[in-house]
Amino acid sequence: MTHAVSRRSVLAGAGALIVAFRFSGAYAQTETGTGGGPSKHGLPGSLDDNPRIDAWIRIDASGAATILTGKAELGQGLKTALLQVAAEELKLPLDRLSLVTADTARTPNEGYTAASHSMQDSGTAIRNAAAQARELLRDEAARRFGVPASSLQVRDGEVFGADGVRLGYGELVSDQLLSVDAKPISRLTSPADFTVMDRPVPRVDIPAKVNGGAAYVQDLRPEGMLHGRVVRPPSYGATLRDCDVARVERMSGIVKVVRDGNFLGVIAEREWAAVQGMRTLAATTNWIERQELPDEVDLPAALMKLPSRDTTIHDTGNPGGPGILVEGTFSRPYLTHGSIGPSCAVAQFQDGKLTVWTHTQGVFFLRDAIAGMLRMPTENVRCIHAEGAGCYGHNGADDVAADAAMLALAAPGRPVRVQLMREQEHAWDPFGPGMVVKLNAAVGADGAIADWHHEVWSQSHMMRPGPPGTLIAARLKSDAFPPAPPVALAQPEGGGDRNAIPLYAIANCKVISHFLPDMPLRGSSMRSLGGYLNVLSIESVLDELAVRSRQDPVAFRLRHIEDPRARDVIEKAASRFGWTTRAKSSEGTGFGFGFARYKNLEAWCAVAVEIELSRLNGVIRVRRIVAAVDTGQIVNPDGVRNQIEGGILQAMSWTLFERVTFDRTRVTSVDWSAYPIMRFDRVPESVEVHLVDRPGDAFYGVAEAAQGPTGAALANAIRDATGVRFHDLPITSARIKRAIGP
Amino acid sequence: MTTLIVNGERRSIEASPDTPLLYVLRDELGLNGAKYGCGLGQCGACTVIVDGKAVFSCVTPVMVLEGRTVTTLEGIGSQDALGPMQRAFITEQAAQCGYCISGMMMRAHALLSRDPHATDESIRAELQPHLCRCGTHMRILRAIRRAAEEMRPKTADARTER
Repeated sequence: MTHAVSRRSVLAGAGALIVAFRFSGAYAQTETGTGGGPSKHGLPGSLDDNPRIDAWIRIDASGAATILTGKAELGQGLKTALLQVAAEELKLPLDRLSLVTADTARTPNEGYTAASHSMQDSGTAIRNAAAQARELLRDEAARRFGVPASSLQVRDGEVFGADGVRLGYGELVSDQLLSVDAKPISRLTSPADFTVMDRPVPRVDIPAKVNGGAAYVQDLRPEGMLHGRVVRPPSYGATLRDCDVARVERMSGIVKVVRDGNFLGVIAEREWAAVQGMRTLAATTNWIERQELPDEVDLPAALMKLPSRDTTIHDTGNPGGPGILVEGTFSRPYLTHGSIGPSCAVAQFQDGKLTVWTHTQGVFFLRDAIAGMLRMPTENVRCIHAEGAGCYGHNGADDVAADAAMLALAAPGRPVRVQLMREQEHAWDPFGPGMVVKLNAAVGADGAIADWHHEVWSQSHMMRPGPPGTLIAARLKSDAFPPAPPVALAQPEGGGDRNAIPLYAIANCKVISHFLPDMPLRGSSMRSLGGYLNVLSIESVLDELAVRSRQDPVAFRLRHIEDPRARDVIEKAASRFGWTTRAKSSEGTGFGFGFARYKNLEAWCAVAVEIELSRLNGVIRVRRIVAAVDTGQIVNPDGVRNQIEGGILQAMSWTLFERVTFDRTRVTSVDWSAYPIMRFDRVPESVEVHLVDRPGDAFYGVAEAAQGPTGAALANAIRDATGVRFHDLPITSARIKRAIGP
Repeated sequence: MTTLIVNGERRSIEASPDTPLLYVLRDELGLNGAKYGCGLGQCGACTVIVDGKAVFSCVTPVMVLEGRTVTTLEGIGSQDALGPMQRAFITEQAAQCGYCISGMMMRAHALLSRDPHATDESIRAELQPHLCRCGTHMRILRAIRRAAEEMRPKTADARTER
């Protein structure tokens, strides 16, 4: 969705829109679908894929700038951060900038907005492109003034000479000026001179969200719009035996019923009529279902029995000597993304061309998948990002876009808006996969970790579009596409084995990744992928080793970590929490600590928590959480805090409450009563986030950094309060009560 | 045909009487504030104020609202003149995706309108029907406290009158 882009500024933009779109099959390799190979042009961030400066920055005749990004606003504050970066380097006030986000017809292809890569990919590209655009404008002014560029000053969108002469960007820009490839080195603004970057600029997307503006794809109402709903099969492999299309077509307000194989949809003039048509149609269906789901009661065992592709991803030293042994098999259930707004899309098919407004994380990959599904030329499909509710990974966004495309083809000329129903979002979500980690470790007589052996079992965390078979509609229609092959994300970022290699200095350490090609339940990317369970397991075992060897858990971590930035966040979280002077106020008090560097490549985050356990009912109250985070150069400190706070509260919810349930045929957790998440009565009394400032450093992804450390800190606090180590998630009140007894 | 007073205006509703208020607000009246979240009264995203009380618009058919007063997010301030609740949410930057906050703002507005001195505890308890998935809860609570300060009657008398 565009942000404050006037038509004029686009049409008057300097230079033709020529973008070097990336057509690569690389989506099997990295979580963003880009990069992963050797540098092509030696350029920073996504400039390496799209080197033209005017692919990112355009200046119109009024001197206003349009910034183009291939990344999308997901509620993480991306728009504001990118505008800050561009304003800083262009030396333009923020209100003279507008931003176009992911649109296959207008913006660079930056793959998926995923993996906490947006600032390092797009932020880096835009920062460098903006700095080089500023230099080109200054050089042009120097040429016109006939003076050396070094004698000129740039501020507020104007270039000033020593003798009072000045020229605005609008006067300096020409069609060709920015139509050049970026150079490897940019003259970036020094942090000491920042006026916009590193400031808590208010988010540009929030006003429309609080005043009833059209903030979401759900709010789009193009002229002549129809409403669609789909009927999903009751279970994954179900096939349609029969249904009564005619009965629904006779209903008032129904425009059309679409049946294509096992794909069913209704189109109506009004939204409520579409919902009623959907319900009536669903009631007339007969499906053939199969019992093909695993036994939920012992999911970990079922997962570990599946065929696996095994890779030793880390192997140092030898199996360690004697010591105090700690063993544990940790598991997490399937988790749902749980967007509060069920996924939605608007599609319009006109004159052989299809336009889809979607909250997908990857407009280009979705375009390819939809074009494939409909057997249309790719150039006839355009996907435009429009914000949805928070997705936290691959939710129903792509599926509903495909649904809308299917229905739009049945109603040519008119836009069709489709929103999933709550039970459809819940049942058909590409879940965060259920996982198992088996960890054995030992601490020697000297108090150091003597041995470490970590094995992780997981299906793919990367079943995003690209192949049409990733879309539900493509699997259901009569000319169905085969299921997409399982994608194993490679180290060092990893998938199920993300963060499985401990960052700690452990001489004897082996880590094995068991990739499960089977997918017992539909699964894909969910915030932090395998990082959450791997970190929770590592930090739980570390904690247990410290407790059993009578060492302080924080001191034990510091003893085993060399990375100075890791030490800094651990020490900062501990000192701000008052770790060394902590004192239990009752027998139910528990303290816990957790740390990780996300992917071992991105932001560093440490979390300390204090909880109070009610022995009566096993309920945990979180009194306070203190986090410290190092994300490199901070662009918007309030944005970083918001992301970390959100990550902490979401990870609390995963850890204490969440579990997808299913019988042998169907997913059964299809609403918020069957899939409870945290409500206000369990929200902590206080959450503090402390930032480590690293001016001049690169950007390190922060959005997922809190997930693992928070889960770990909570699990460790529960151990501290109960004396019991819980290995299976979620650690519900009922489980705690059962374990601690009366 | 049902008649409602929506954000101060009398509106004749064409939709059939069994239509949930949410679909009337969004689809017939073109208002964005109330959101579809679950259709089951489990998440609070659709919350609006009816005659001073917070109501789940997704499970309330318009037939039971004849002649009643409905206030949506659009009715507690405008794009040009934001209300205190809206200003507070901006000041506290109390949103990530923001999809849930409209409903929370409406319930909080109803609470503070009848009890401007609501305690932190009662604000938390009041918000229990609402879900936020981004984990923005701490900011939402701060924003509501800020709005409460602004909405509170300023004279000392007002305090004693309650």
